[in-house]
Amino acid sequence: MSDALLEIDNLCVDYETARGDLKALRDITFNINKGEIVGIVGESGCGKSTLISAILRLIAPNTRFRNGEIRFKGEDLLTASEEKIRSLRGSDISIVFQDPMQTHNPVISIGNQMVDIQHRSKAPKAEKRAYAAKMLAAVGIPDPDARLNQYPHEFSGGMRQRIAIAMALMSEPDLLIADEPTTALDATLEVQIIERLKNLQKDFGCSILFISHHLGVIAELCDRVVVMYAGAVVESGTVREVFHNPKHPYTKRLIECDPGHIKERARVLPTIPGEVPDLANLPSGCIFRDRCLQAMDRCTSVPPLTDITESQRAACWLNHMEAAE
Amino acid sequence: MVKYTIKRFGLAALILLVAVTTMFLMIRAVPGDPVSIMLGPRATPELKAILTAQMALDQPIWRQLLIYLGGLLRGDLGVDVFSQRSVSDIVFQQLPYTLELILVSIGWSAMLGIAMGAYAAAHPNTMIDRVTAAISVSFIAAPAFVVALLTLLVFAVKLQWFPAIGAGEGFADRMSHLVLPSIAIGLSWVGYIARLVRASMLEVMGESHIRTARAFGLSEPRIVGIYALRIAILPVVTVIGVGMGFLLSSAVFTEIVFARPGLGKLVIDSITTRNYPVVMGSVLVSTALFVISTALADLINAILDPRARADL
Ligand SMILES: Nc1ncnc2c1ncn2[C@@H]1O[C@H](COP(=O)(O)OP(=O)(O)O)[C@@H](O)[C@H]1O
Ligand SMILES: [Mg+2]
Repeated sequence: MSDALLEIDNLCVDYETARGDLKALRDITFNINKGEIVGIVGESGCGKSTLISAILRLIAPNTRFRNGEIRFKGEDLLTASEEKIRSLRGSDISIVFQDPMQTHNPVISIGNQMVDIQHRSKAPKAEKRAYAAKMLAAVGIPDPDARLNQYPHEFSGGMRQRIAIAMALMSEPDLLIADEPTTALDATLEVQIIERLKNLQKDFGCSILFISHHLGVIAELCDRVVVMYAGAVVESGTVREVFHNPKHPYTKRLIECDPGHIKERARVLPTIPGEVPDLANLPSGCIFRDRCLQAMDRCTSVPPLTDITESQRAACWLNHMEAAE
Repeated sequence: MVKYTIKRFGLAALILLVAVTTMFLMIRAVPGDPVSIMLGPRATPELKAILTAQMALDQPIWRQLLIYLGGLLRGDLGVDVFSQRSVSDIVFQQLPYTLELILVSIGWSAMLGIAMGAYAAAHPNTMIDRVTAAISVSFIAAPAFVVALLTLLVFAVKLQWFPAIGAGEGFADRMSHLVLPSIAIGLSWVGYIARLVRASMLEVMGESHIRTARAFGLSEPRIVGIYALRIAILPVVTVIGVGMGFLLSSAVFTEIVFARPGLGKLVIDSITTRNYPVVMGSVLVSTALFVISTALADLINAILDPRARADL
């Protein structure tokens, strides 16, 4: 596809641990097109954070890339030079990390941190500070000029999250990655941030990769959604397709289990009975088999991710049976 | 911050008061009459009586303590039994030598130790990391007096690169006299601080705000040297503050080996001559130095760490 901004192909990532290799990501394939907002949903531990840290190679030391490619504007990021990656970080691609309480340096003032991240700009410091204040105001931090002199611990969790978003937006990136950015915020703020992200997307035409366990927010904000389970993509498609006509039993269960979650906000993704398989010791066949109500003999072999429509894909043998009928 | 400073130094003064009182009572509790010890076996009763009255030893102990403390407030540490000179004059004449020795020693060793530790932490498990670890551990294991003797023999006596004894006069001369003693005192600190900084640096480098700094493309030297180091050196400040006692005691050895003037030499000389007021005066000033340096370390930490400031 010519308008793809980020392409992830057959990405396999392991963590080396004392118990052996933990297969955190297996055969992940999906695209983000220019100007598109893509959501990722999945239970905690399914590899969402691993995936986004792999994109800019901001990885834990025990991470091993086993296979696959991550291409940004056509260039493979996994084999790119360290300098190339660094030149993308915080300029073409920005990330808002998951935990707002730990995300800022505790001994450097917010203002100085916001000035520092403009290290690529030649503007005088006063101008950088003014821009930082403007961005703080844009995410709804009152009295931004005075607040620049304060340190992270002087802000609430929700404020720190908004500061993280402001910092990520400063460079007007082509791709904004946000890892559960609204989890720490209350409902009104969440709505405001979602609106702001939407406007940003309209104004700058940037693409957004948005991770959330809040199905309603994904439905509200995203064009397309990727559903992950135990380190693999089990379904992807437009929000409409996936939420109204899910083609994987896991997606169905997520939506059925608590339909209210699409409308109301949730602290956690709806839970479904059963346990996630141990990633260090994966069972054979379909990874969802043990929790699936429709499991059958065929599920002892791994179902491939196959096209359902032009945009929707799912990894389930049931779809093959339907197709055969 | 101002309030904290006042509070912290108020606490320091209180600690010092307790220390002085304890020391005073301990010395008085030691069996034997200070006057006979001072005047020797051939003292006449009249002489003894005069000295007893002069030292207020005929007063009840609490009055003696008050008199002593009152003197301290006026900067009066008593009088040298032999020379009749003011003890505070003697002590404050020697103090700068010890201070400059300690400051130079901890200054160079902290800078080198922090650089070594930060560098090792930025390149963990590489050859350089292992070499600095080996160097650090062997430095830690080297006691100050052994290093003092060795450097004295090699660099002063044999190679004659640096002067062997005294403190020198004029800036350059004083500095060259400081080289060997400050190596003797600082060497084990280099190793100790390097290990400390490496450990705290590795911990900080694993924190998520470092990943954020990387995610914005900040350069690795800036991340290591500013974003991580500013947090990683906090324990070093505390350790140096508390290590003042240790520094003072290694200064005593070093001053003796290098025949340098200073508090250490003063204490040893006055102990051998049983010059109690001088002993007490110099111990008191050393204690004050220790109490002040821990208070200073807390203040510096509060300046470097806004979270600590917030808890004040
Ligand atoms: N550095 C690491 N070493 C070993 N295992 C890890 C590491 N980081 C994450 N994991 C494991 O990898 C899996 C995926 O984690 P993560 O990507 O954080 O999931 P999510 O963000 O979806 O909650 C989890 O089982 C987690 O425990
Ligand atoms: Mg996560």
